Formats: sequence, structure tokens, C-alpha cells
Amino acid sequence: MKFRLTFWKAVLIALLAAAAYATVVRFAQGLGRSTNLSDQFPWGLWIGFDVLCGVMLAAGGFTLTAAVHIFNLQRLKPIVRPTVLTAFLGYVLVCVALMFDLGRPYRIWHPLVMRNPHSVMFEVAYCVMLYTSVLALEFSPIVLERFRLERPLKIIRKALIPLVILGVILSTLHQSSLGTLYLIMPNKLHPFWYTPLLPVFFFLSAIAVGLAMTIFESSMSAKHFGRQLELPILQELGRVLLVVLAVYGILRIEDLVHRGVLQQLFAGAYQRYETLLFLLELVLALAAPLALLAFRRVRSSPGGLYLAAVLVVLGFITNRLNVSITGMESSAGLHYIPRWTELAVTGGIIASGFAMFGLAVKYLPIFPADEPLPAREEPQKAVGGNVVGEAIPEHAGD
Amino acid sequence: MSKALLYDATLCIGCKQCEQACAEKNQLPYNETVAGEERQSDHKFTVVLSKGDKFMRRMCMNCQDPACASVCPVGAMHKTAAGPVIYEESRCMGCRYCMVACPFGVPKYEWSKVLPRVQKCTMCADRVQAGKPTACAEACPTGATKFGERDELIKEAEQRLHDNPGKYVNHVYGLTEVGGTSVLMLSSVPFEEFGFPAELTRDPLPLLTYRVLSRIPDFVPLGGILLGGVWWITHRREEVAAAEAQESAEKEARKARKK
Ligand code: SF4
Ligand code: SF4
Repeated sequence: MKFRLTFWKAVLIALLAAAAYATVVRFAQGLGRSTNLSDQFPWGLWIGFDVLCGVMLAAGGFTLTAAVHIFNLQRLKPIVRPTVLTAFLGYVLVCVALMFDLGRPYRIWHPLVMRNPHSVMFEVAYCVMLYTSVLALEFSPIVLERFRLERPLKIIRKALIPLVILGVILSTLHQSSLGTLYLIMPNKLHPFWYTPLLPVFFFLSAIAVGLAMTIFESSMSAKHFGRQLELPILQELGRVLLVVLAVYGILRIEDLVHRGVLQQLFAGAYQRYETLLFLLELVLALAAPLALLAFRRVRSSPGGLYLAAVLVVLGFITNRLNVSITGMESSAGLHYIPRWTELAVTGGIIASGFAMFGLAVKYLPIFPADEPLPAREEPQKAVGGNVVGEAIPEHAGD
Repeated sequence: MSKALLYDATLCIGCKQCEQACAEKNQLPYNETVAGEERQSDHKFTVVLSKGDKFMRRMCMNCQDPACASVCPVGAMHKTAAGPVIYEESRCMGCRYCMVACPFGVPKYEWSKVLPRVQKCTMCADRVQAGKPTACAEACPTGATKFGERDELIKEAEQRLHDNPGKYVNHVYGLTEVGGTSVLMLSSVPFEEFGFPAELTRDPLPLLTYRVLSRIPDFVPLGGILLGGVWWITHRREEVAAAEAQESAEKEARKARKK
């Protein structure tokens, strides 16, 4: 196949090149010279975006596998593969980002043998590690099918349900624990965001974002790979998203009222800077998408769903950045603005995510049209040696 | 018994002998420039701050139930029975959660190094172990920084408050803050004016996360059973339907054969 340089490929290559240079700076000169982090502000963009947002954006994996395999919503089945792929790539990239952020990345394995079960970070480390392995296993049938490895394929399919359950438990734990991380700082995190309910909010919003990302991805794939999900599936996702957002919204407002934050806000007790970002978050993540999805017309149109999904994703990215950066600035007594190296690394990580997704879609049977349906629909019949293999149709395009 | 330091700001003359002794003990550079720095850092574990003729020392409080130790995923921070909160560099992977979690903003990082360490006052753990006072207490010419048993120092601090009404802010800082600390402080100037956080809880901070974490062992089996149950129910329906369909088909077939 000939390589054609399109606009997006050029952007990807530029981002990756900048990230490569920033990587050299980071590891040759250390964190001090490659970031704007300081004793007053030890966690910045790499924790706030790459880790907190990264894990959140990959939440579609557990949401959807649970819906399809546990709750038996078979209609959603065609999108399980692209979502599990995104989740797997997401977690791999979170681990890559951690290697940049840790002061001594070569000790990243230390939690395996030096345990402190009282540490939320320890729990997150374990869950992320285990869940990345679970995702790899959940994703493996796609690769195994591609190379027609029957034996491991059969084993994985047998273990699928326990794997999915394990994945859901691990996800529930670490998605909420990323919020628990901040519970120990009641004096540092701004009252807009510090609440004992942080773990609950982080978990609920992860589900919302998981659903929104699935809608978003489907539309993106339609544009760039010419593959799209059927509208009824998207509509179903939109309905669930509406419910999750509504629950989150009610809890969030109740919490704000209960802690007296809204009353204080109207009394003008807070700084402009925090207030603006707080309101921006609430509008993007809650008010706007709820208003959109409340209309049946919007909820049933691909354009409306796409818009709502994008808003939800942007809104909760704002939320994570608010918790990790905006909310910590006043107690630190400074404004943190990432250095170019930090931005370049983050940009490169996002770019490689897109690149890997593109490659996977091209070479592996990810989207519905590629699925070897007979073998997947009746796995119990696939007892004999290579029945599954024979059932796999020639994959177009390889 | 657990050791502690009592710092009485009204006795402090701002000579910074403690700063110098600390630097020597921890093999850090100390000169005019460093003496002028008013911030704790990777090369200055304690600072003597001044406001007019009032002074205040800042350092690691060596909390009784330290947030830094509770959050460290690899247990690099550790409260010793003798009082000091120590740091084991060989475990630390540099996640910097201890820095974010410490309510006093104490742990500092060697940002300029390629392979940095966390740095903080460890209350001269080796000296304390050997039965000696901390370097700063030994160097203090006025007794403003005093080393001793925590219980006895608390009694002494309360006695001083009692004997000199109006001289001090009526509070022993560190007695109850975040569950108590191994550094106790007396001052005539409100502590917040020197950057100490006000309104710290009396509960140790680690409780806040532990309350959530301690539910995990219950959650895991419960979640597993619950999800397994849902799976069983949703898929059972299909099985039943399939079985029924097969049964009725068989009946039909039998009927057909009879005829
Ligand atoms: S003051 Fe901070 S660094 Fe010192 S023991 Fe307490 S939590 Fe740890
Ligand atoms: S930076 Fe080191 S000492 Fe601090 S919490 Fe992380 S691993 Fe523990």
C-alpha cells in the first residue's frame, strides 16, 4: 500500500515529533527543568489530564462489557470491540504517562512488592495494573481470531464472563478511588470540589463519559473509517446517558446545597477565577447536555447525540482538571500553567492513541462488518479443532 | 515512649542556630544565601521566620498519624515508635503524593536532579534512636526548641500557658491538630500569620481515606456475587426460553409420530 500524506497524518507526525523531543528533555534534564511543577504544585498536567482524564475516557470499556455480557443488552454488542480497544489503548497510555510523571520511573514496579494497603495510590496502582491485564485478555480474541489461534481463543471465551465481572469490579474500585485520592486534602482542595462524595462523583461521571465516548467514537469512525453504528444503538446509549447524567446532577446539586456552597456562591464569597471554571464545568458537563438530551428530537438525531456526547466529554475533562489543578491553586498560592514540554508529551500521547486506534481498525476485525459472526454467535458448537477457523470469513483489506 | 519537640516562639531570638545545626546534621550547604531563604526546600528542612520582633520555626511536624506515610503507595514514609517520621529513599518511586497530601506542605522534592529524592526533616531519627536530642534542640541557645518526652512536653506547655495568662495564644499547636504531632508549638502571634493552616481537624487525616478504603474487602465479593447474579438471571431467561422451545418442538414431533 502506498503511503499518502493527508492533513491529519501530518498533524499526527508533527505532534509525535514534538513529543519525542520533549521526551529527551524530560529524561535528560529531570522534572524540574522539563515541567512547571514545584514544591508548591507537585501534580500538574500529567496527573490531571493524562492520568485522571485518561482513565475516565477509557471507562467505556467496563460500562459496555457490563451492559452486553452481564445485563445481556445484545443490541449493543457491535460496539463492544471498538470500545474495549479504546479502553485498552487508554490504559496503556495512562501507564506511559505515569512513566513520565514519576520521579523515578524505573521503580514503577515497587508497589508490587512494597505494599501499603492504607494508601489509595497503592490501590489505584493495583487496580490499574490488573485491569489493564483484564482488558488485554478481553481484547485478545480479536488478535487471536486474526491469526486463527484456536486453542487460546476457546479458553478465553470460556473465561469471558468471570473476566468481565472482574473488570467491572476493578473499574468501580479505581475509577472511584481517583476521587478518593483527594479526600485526604480537606484543607487544600477548594470547597467547590472537595466533598466526601468525591469517589461517588468520580465513578458516576466515569460511566457517563464511557457512554459519551462510545457515541463520540462511533461518529468519528463514521467520518474517518467509513464505519458507523446503527442509529438505534446510539439512541439507546443516549437514553442511558441521560439517566446517568440526571442522577449525577441531582446528587451534585444536593451536595453543593448541603455543604452551603451554592448559598456562598450567590453571596459572592468566592474568587472570580475558581467560580468561572466551576460554572463552566457545570454548564458543559450537566446543564447543556441535559437540556439537549431532554428533547426527544435531539436524542434521536445522530447530530444531536454527537453534540451532547462531546459536551459531556469536555465537561468532565474540565471537572478532572478543576479537581486536580484549578481547585489546588489557591491553597498553593500560585497559578499553574504547564510548560511546553508537558503539553508536547500530552499531545504526543493523545496522538499515539489516535494512531494506534487507526492502525488497529485497519488491520484487525474491530468493526461489525469484520466480525466473524457464525463463530461468535455459537461458540458452544465450536468444539472440534478448527471449526472456528473455518467459520472466519476472509477479512477484506488484508 | 514517644519523643517530641516543644518550640516556644516567645523564647526564640531568631539566631538561626537551629537552621545551621540542621544543615550540618543533614549534610546540606549552609551560608548567607541559604540563611536568607524563607522557605523550606530540598536543601533547607527548617526555617526561622520573623515578623518584627516575633519569630516562628517551621519544619516537619512529625505527625502522630502522618498523612504522608498513609498515602505513600510503597511505604517509603514511616512513623517510628520513637516519634520521628522517616523516609526510605530506596523505596520511593517519586509519585509525590506525600507532598500533595501533607497538610503542612512539608515534603520537598529535588526538582533540579534527574533522579530526585523527597526531602524533609526526619527529626534526627538516628540521634533520637541513640538517645540523643535532635541537632536543632541541642544547638538552641535559649531553650526555645526543647527536646523530650511528648507527654511531659505537653504538660510543660500547658503549665506555661497557665502561668502566663495573656502572654500566649491560648493553644498548644500540635496537641490535637490532625490527631496530634510530635512537634508542639507555643506562640504569642496567631499561628496562621506564619502560614500554619487554621481549622485543621482533630481527626487524623488518614481516617478520611481509610473510611472509604476499608469498605473494599466487603465490596469485592459482594460486587462479584451481584454481577454474577445479574448475569445468571439475564441469561437464564434465554436458556429457559430455548429449553421451552425445544420441549414444545419435541412434543409436536411426538404427536406427529403418534398420528
Ligand atoms: S508534617 Fe507532613 S511530612 Fe511531616 S509527618 Fe506530618 S504529614 Fe508527614
Ligand atoms: S513520592 Fe515517594 S515517599 Fe512520597 S508518596 Fe510517592 S513513593 Fe512515597
